[in-house]
Amino acid sequence: MAHSTHADHAAHADRDHHGPARGFIRRWVMATNHKDIGTMYLVFACVMFFIGGAMAMVIRAELFKPGLQFVDPQFFNSMTTAHALFMIFGGVMPAWVGLANWMIPMQVGAPDMALPRMNNFSFWILPFAFVLLLSTLFVPGGSPAGGWTLYPPLTVQGGSSLPMAIFAIHMMGISSIMGAINVIVTLMNMRAPGVTLLRMPLFCWTWLITAYLLILVMPVLAGAVTMLLTDHFFGTTFFSATGGGDPVLYQHIFWFFGHPEVYILILPAFGVVSEIIPTFSRKPLFGYESMVYATASIGFLSFIVWAHHMFTVGMPLAGELFFMLTTMLIAVPTGVKVFNWSTTMWKGSITFEPPMLFAIAFLFLFTIGGFSGLMLAIVPADFQYHDTYFVVAHFHYVLVPGAVFAIMGGVYYWLPKWTGHMYNMKLARTHFWLSAIFVNVLFFPQHFLGLAGMPRRIPDYSTQFAEWNMVSSIGGFGFGLSQLLFPIAIWQCVKGGEKAAARVWEGAHGLEWELPSPAPYHTWESPPSMAAINRGAEH
Amino acid sequence: MPTGVTTMSGEIYHLHMLIFWVCVVIGIFVFGWMILSLVKFRKSQGAVPDTKLLHSNKAELLWTIIPVFILVAMAVPATKRLIEIEDGRNAELTIKVTGYQWKWQYEYLDNGVSYFSTLARDSDAARQLDSGIDPNTVPNYLLNVDNPLVVPVGRKVRLLVTSQDVIHAWWVPQLAVKKDAIPGMFNEIWFQIRPDKVGLYRGQCAELCGRDHGFMPIVVDAKSPEEFDAWLASKRPAPAPTAVAAN
Repeated sequence: MAHSTHADHAAHADRDHHGPARGFIRRWVMATNHKDIGTMYLVFACVMFFIGGAMAMVIRAELFKPGLQFVDPQFFNSMTTAHALFMIFGGVMPAWVGLANWMIPMQVGAPDMALPRMNNFSFWILPFAFVLLLSTLFVPGGSPAGGWTLYPPLTVQGGSSLPMAIFAIHMMGISSIMGAINVIVTLMNMRAPGVTLLRMPLFCWTWLITAYLLILVMPVLAGAVTMLLTDHFFGTTFFSATGGGDPVLYQHIFWFFGHPEVYILILPAFGVVSEIIPTFSRKPLFGYESMVYATASIGFLSFIVWAHHMFTVGMPLAGELFFMLTTMLIAVPTGVKVFNWSTTMWKGSITFEPPMLFAIAFLFLFTIGGFSGLMLAIVPADFQYHDTYFVVAHFHYVLVPGAVFAIMGGVYYWLPKWTGHMYNMKLARTHFWLSAIFVNVLFFPQHFLGLAGMPRRIPDYSTQFAEWNMVSSIGGFGFGLSQLLFPIAIWQCVKGGEKAAARVWEGAHGLEWELPSPAPYHTWESPPSMAAINRGAEH
Repeated sequence: MPTGVTTMSGEIYHLHMLIFWVCVVIGIFVFGWMILSLVKFRKSQGAVPDTKLLHSNKAELLWTIIPVFILVAMAVPATKRLIEIEDGRNAELTIKVTGYQWKWQYEYLDNGVSYFSTLARDSDAARQLDSGIDPNTVPNYLLNVDNPLVVPVGRKVRLLVTSQDVIHAWWVPQLAVKKDAIPGMFNEIWFQIRPDKVGLYRGQCAELCGRDHGFMPIVVDAKSPEEFDAWLASKRPAPAPTAVAAN
């Protein structure tokens, strides 16, 4: 595509006055360009994945064999708590916002996000929030060790790290809400003429619903943790039975946030997979509209199932039945999605480039996580599964080969569009196969451990659990080390490589592929033509 | 998951296995379909995409309705079991279970018997950081206590679970009961160990409760009713000397 790059340069030259600003501070600290901000989000998320991953390595090292070898139980609890907070709020959520920043304007024919300065602000809060959270590891008394769910009264026993963690969570919440507002306004107001709602790519749809979930639930979390703060420092007793409060109330409020939060992490993954599978099956997505409705149903259901995280707190029978039945209902729209993806591949013409490999692994392994989720919904059985390694296996199956694989698949899918280079396919394939094998060695045995009776969040265990814990730890180390290939593959691709075509993948449809690769600093300054939109909207 | 030793635990186990096999069958179907697509429709094998296959109301309706029926079929036995589990009436013995950081207290409410149950000393020594003691040499490492909860087999035992500090959870897999111990609240659970199942059953605290969460096990000693009555009588505090008229 040498000639088109040439033309780009020429086109660029007369727009240079709004090319990237020079100098770190002007380009990055004062960034308002959606692509620059998207890049910062993604780099930040990658750093957080490695910090959270290092914490997971500490956990798996301590659990490698029975007995305490490396860390004090209190520090172990800090590690499980911080691992979750870093991975959820630092890794997965910012990675999705990063992908949204890069792709949403390009996919709907908008020149940028609707609110660029707010975009800058919502990113730059995050490094401060996480430096604050990380610094709790060094304060007297250690970092919060009551689990990422921060249940009182245990969490209120925490020392000076508690207000720091809560302030950090407030900042993350503000950042998420601003990111969500930006996505909603962009999708509602900035779509190019002709890009109707039902012609948007599914990544935009799933993100739109995610953004509404974020706006609805992040304030709930902020309220819950603020009440923890006043309970600890100002003598209120919202959650303290001694003052007439109720510790279970916190759990209800937390999970009213927490369950939609789970879908905040996974819905954009549904979107990415719905982009990748049609591309490499060379066939439009099957059942586009039912995908949109299924996503919306999952979003709605996420608000009425929260108490399935707390079946053992002693709810009335009617409550247990209600939350069991609504939870089981989620299997229906989720099943629709899985069937639609499968039918998209059916009668396709499939090739196995790295993004497709990650999407296929997502399809298989997320479904396994779905099955264990269905089992967990059955209350009598949940009494046996609750707070065991079975739950740990379940949510890691939906979050790692679910959300994280979709993120990596999405990065491998759009990376050539961002950098203008193809990446090292062999390296990316190696990264995929190592990840896919080790992730199962890591998490599958945890199902057995849970069913055999191993509770979660314990630093040491009875000798009967030794074998599978060792297998799981070996899988953990293997998975952790394999992830080092990911930044290497990305860095090589940024630095150079085979030139990427505008339509990087043969079967790719969508407005982003109508733009040259690498995407110019400013795109869609004039809206895409109807012909381009029609080519792109072949879902 | 253990089949367990109570009247209810077997039912819960069978429910678990039922859902498990339902998932396996659905899994074989779904994964089989995916694998078939991946094998059959490879571009390298000359597959030509059928770009007309965009949606089909019939298929989509089918895979919405069939799962609903499967779910209903699963919900019916689950609901039945749940109603039975939540029926704690007619208990023959009531024991108050209180969680502390990091031990359990058992109080036999009708008999004035009360004691604490903590991690056995040999496990406690071995679990210290770099203790140098191989956990494999400790019998029932981390799952043994000084004073187990003693209950009779064959009788319906009701536990009132609460806590004095933070939230704990009382869990014995063989009894198939798990309930949070919450300060300021009493949660009720019950079990009835089958008459032939005399023995020791082990469990652990299942709700993160601080530093030594992993080190507050539960042991239930299920005795025959006669042995239990004898044990309870031996533990019962000597009746307070009746106040003799102070002459």
